[in-house]
Amino acid sequence: MTDMLVIAGEELGSRLIMGTGGAPSMHVLREALTASGTELTTVAMRRVDPSARGSVLDVLGDCGIRVLPNTAGCFTAGEAVLTAKLAREALGTTWVKLEVIADEHTLLPDPIELVDAAEQLVDDGFVVLPYTNDDPVLARRLEQIGCAAVMPLGSPIGSGLGIRNPHNIELIVERASVPVILDAGLGTASDAALAMELGCDAVLLATAVTRAQHPARMAAAMRHAVEAGRLARLAGRIPKRRYAQASSPFEGLATS
Amino acid sequence: MKVIVNGEPRELPDGASVAEAVASVTEAASGVAAAVNDEVVRRSAWAATTLRDADRLEVLTAVQGG
Repeated sequence: MTDMLVIAGEELGSRLIMGTGGAPSMHVLREALTASGTELTTVAMRRVDPSARGSVLDVLGDCGIRVLPNTAGCFTAGEAVLTAKLAREALGTTWVKLEVIADEHTLLPDPIELVDAAEQLVDDGFVVLPYTNDDPVLARRLEQIGCAAVMPLGSPIGSGLGIRNPHNIELIVERASVPVILDAGLGTASDAALAMELGCDAVLLATAVTRAQHPARMAAAMRHAVEAGRLARLAGRIPKRRYAQASSPFEGLATS
Repeated sequence: MKVIVNGEPRELPDGASVAEAVASVTEAASGVAAAVNDEVVRRSAWAATTLRDADRLEVLTAVQGG
């Protein structure tokens, strides 16, 4: 069965997009990425550190995983646009996970700056994947601008609180004609399965895996959860009922 | 002349190029990008782009994140 994730015309075999932040070592990161089965993984752009040893790019290259630069840490559209352009130059990709945050405390997206940056980057030919609030109206605006996907948060970055507003995620899914990728806040496998059951096309997560006690094991759990949730969505769940419905027939019982 | 390289003032010979300034902070042959005063300078133009006193040069690469 082929059930590819398609973003901007490009096919991906895994619906689990990973981040690389938070891993205690390159070795642990490599094991986790391999166990996750991911084909697309985010990196951040930072000033070169002459003392840094080993590059995350080497790990991704060795594993054959496509790189998705992000604009994490940017507070304004101007910062995000410059970071995206530097990433395009450094990594040779027009894809960008657009992240414009409002403050360090919540790390919630600043919708005004986000829309501004998204417009500029789409106009410049980028494939823009915006990290956004779980706001159906904002998601629609981002799609109308020309973003290749929308990536609503489940809950604040790194919080592990799961999906706080499943109803809004469903509303976003219902109206979107680009892929919806649940990004941020997932804590464990059932969160990832729920995202897919709600109809998301993929999930993006980092902390839940990289800061788990056993990252590679959690990565494998997430891989299976995403697949299970996707299958459940496609299978069509039974309606919820108020009362029991027997699955064994009542006819033919031995009792009179 | 003094150029701000990744936020740190650095003494460089007059007429130094972006290529020379980048080489002072990294030997990486790929995966690196540079911007002068918030404008990206393509790698192919590093050697031919000269810096001026007080220019701000940013040299970035990919790190773990997101």
